[in-house]
Amino acid sequence: MESKKRLTVPGAINILILLLFTFLCLYPMWYIFINSWSSPAAVNRGVYFIPLEFTTEAYTNLGQIPGLTSSIFISFARTISGTILTVLCSSFTAYLLADKFLPAKKFLYRFFIVTMYVNAGFIPYYLTISAIGLRNNFLVYILPAAVQAYFIILIKTYIESIPGEMVESAEMDGAGIFRIYAQIIMPLSKPILACIVVFTAVNQWNTWSDDMFFMQGRNAGNLHCLQYLLYQNLQSNVVTSVGAGAAAGAAMKVSSMTLRMAMSFVTIFPILCVYPFMQRYFTKGIMLGAVKG
Amino acid sequence: MGDNAVTKRVSRLSGRRQKQIKLVLFLLPFMAMVTIFSYIPLFGWSYAFVDYSPGLQLWECEFVGLKYFERIFTNSADFIKVMRNTLAISSLNICCSVLPAIFAIAISQVKYKRFAKVVQTCTSIPNFISWVLVYSIVFMLLSSENSALNNILMGLGLISSPVNPLTDVDHAWAVQVSINVWKTLGYNAIIYLSAITSIDQELYQAADVDGANNWQKILHVTIPGLLSTFFVLLLLAISNMLSNGFDQFWLLGTGMTWDKLEVFDTYVYRMGIRNMEYSLATAMGIFKSVVSILLLSFANFASKRLRGNSIF
Repeated sequence: MESKKRLTVPGAINILILLLFTFLCLYPMWYIFINSWSSPAAVNRGVYFIPLEFTTEAYTNLGQIPGLTSSIFISFARTISGTILTVLCSSFTAYLLADKFLPAKKFLYRFFIVTMYVNAGFIPYYLTISAIGLRNNFLVYILPAAVQAYFIILIKTYIESIPGEMVESAEMDGAGIFRIYAQIIMPLSKPILACIVVFTAVNQWNTWSDDMFFMQGRNAGNLHCLQYLLYQNLQSNVVTSVGAGAAAGAAMKVSSMTLRMAMSFVTIFPILCVYPFMQRYFTKGIMLGAVKG
Repeated sequence: MGDNAVTKRVSRLSGRRQKQIKLVLFLLPFMAMVTIFSYIPLFGWSYAFVDYSPGLQLWECEFVGLKYFERIFTNSADFIKVMRNTLAISSLNICCSVLPAIFAIAISQVKYKRFAKVVQTCTSIPNFISWVLVYSIVFMLLSSENSALNNILMGLGLISSPVNPLTDVDHAWAVQVSINVWKTLGYNAIIYLSAITSIDQELYQAADVDGANNWQKILHVTIPGLLSTFFVLLLLAISNMLSNGFDQFWLLGTGMTWDKLEVFDTYVYRMGIRNMEYSLATAMGIFKSVVSILLLSFANFASKRLRGNSIF
């Protein structure tokens, strides 16, 4: 068996290629990190391995970006409330659909599942959202994603694998629908719910386009999320430096570069923090995706 | 005594009835939610058949029949461009869909399990960062004037003026597909990795007995073992051909590359919301939805015929 561990030439090449791609995946994050802690002058010359001329300037300057604090708050708010809402709504729907006493069970199940395939297109969706007054409303972040067909499939499949006797004996003891849901179904489907929590949370944190679509103009107030603010900041390529000379303008441009690096890092930091702990759920999630609807 | 049994039965029956009613009642709010967000927008398809302008009610608009559909197909420079871009980018992505399988095989060949695990974990990170972040990374690492790429290439004397992959029209598709591969490769490999672990070990042992080397084992055992997974993913990709995503192309497309990077999702938004051509954009959206459904049924049909098993 030990001889199997011997490194052959193709094996070594294989490992080198894998290392190279791993490096390509990690380096951009590291690059942003080291540049955000370096001085603008050093960034201009190029910072590639470790922070040069260490400074916290970029992070202290973040406060100058209008709306940053509120956007961080909104991003966390939509992530937390959106995740709770999606998990509760999707799992409760799945639980009801899994109940054998539900009349017209097949029809009702399909009523939810068809939404995965039927897509009205963006404009009708936009007009509907406008008509029900969800524009410039925090709820547009979390309500449309609350009941998701795909999650319903996953949870329902899981619930149906729970032995029916457990639910029946609880019913004998007089437990109602809510009680069974909260005290039997939820605890027993923890593994699948954990996957859904992780996926929904990452998704909520990363989504920015609903912000661009539905939060417009002055009425949007402080409802923008962090990703959108970063997008806007990256878009404004030219830093307006009225009355400044070319050199000063260039310096401004560079320091705005470190500012963007810092902002990017703030945006990615929560994901990197939870990633090591969530990794097994991500892996499990994609495997569950293989189940049939 | 018999009387008692009957009342018991009646009460059990009515208890069951009660439960049925309860279940449906509890389900109603959730049905309302999907109705609002998925079914009601379907009525918006009628906007494609009228001259709609914002602020008007549907019945106040003039009915124009198929005017906007005709406009799409006859006045078709935009349509052909968008269709070409969408299909080209999707096809290139589909061509690259063998890469995750190859990557998974490469990982599975590594004898040091801990190393393999680390590679798999690290390479799936890009899948979980947002497209805005990808935009930020591409912008700072590759395409701004003093980006790392430009500094290094110019330092080495390989190029004389800064390059910018984001404004390069000639290679726009290749750049976007590469970025997409970078983002999804590690994550998409996971499903193949688990397919590899579920291949019957006896097949490898039999191959060992036959004196097969590593390459032969990959060719005759591993690859056949991955084919059905690959096939399902391929069909799903085909059914998704017209939706190559809004985020990537809206963010990474620049004024210079729009000719190559305008896809259905971005075009509908640009036409509809930015240019206020609601009816035209709705018609375009209908076209996209209908073709997508057709592709989906085709994929399902193909799967049934070839695997004896539908994918949905």
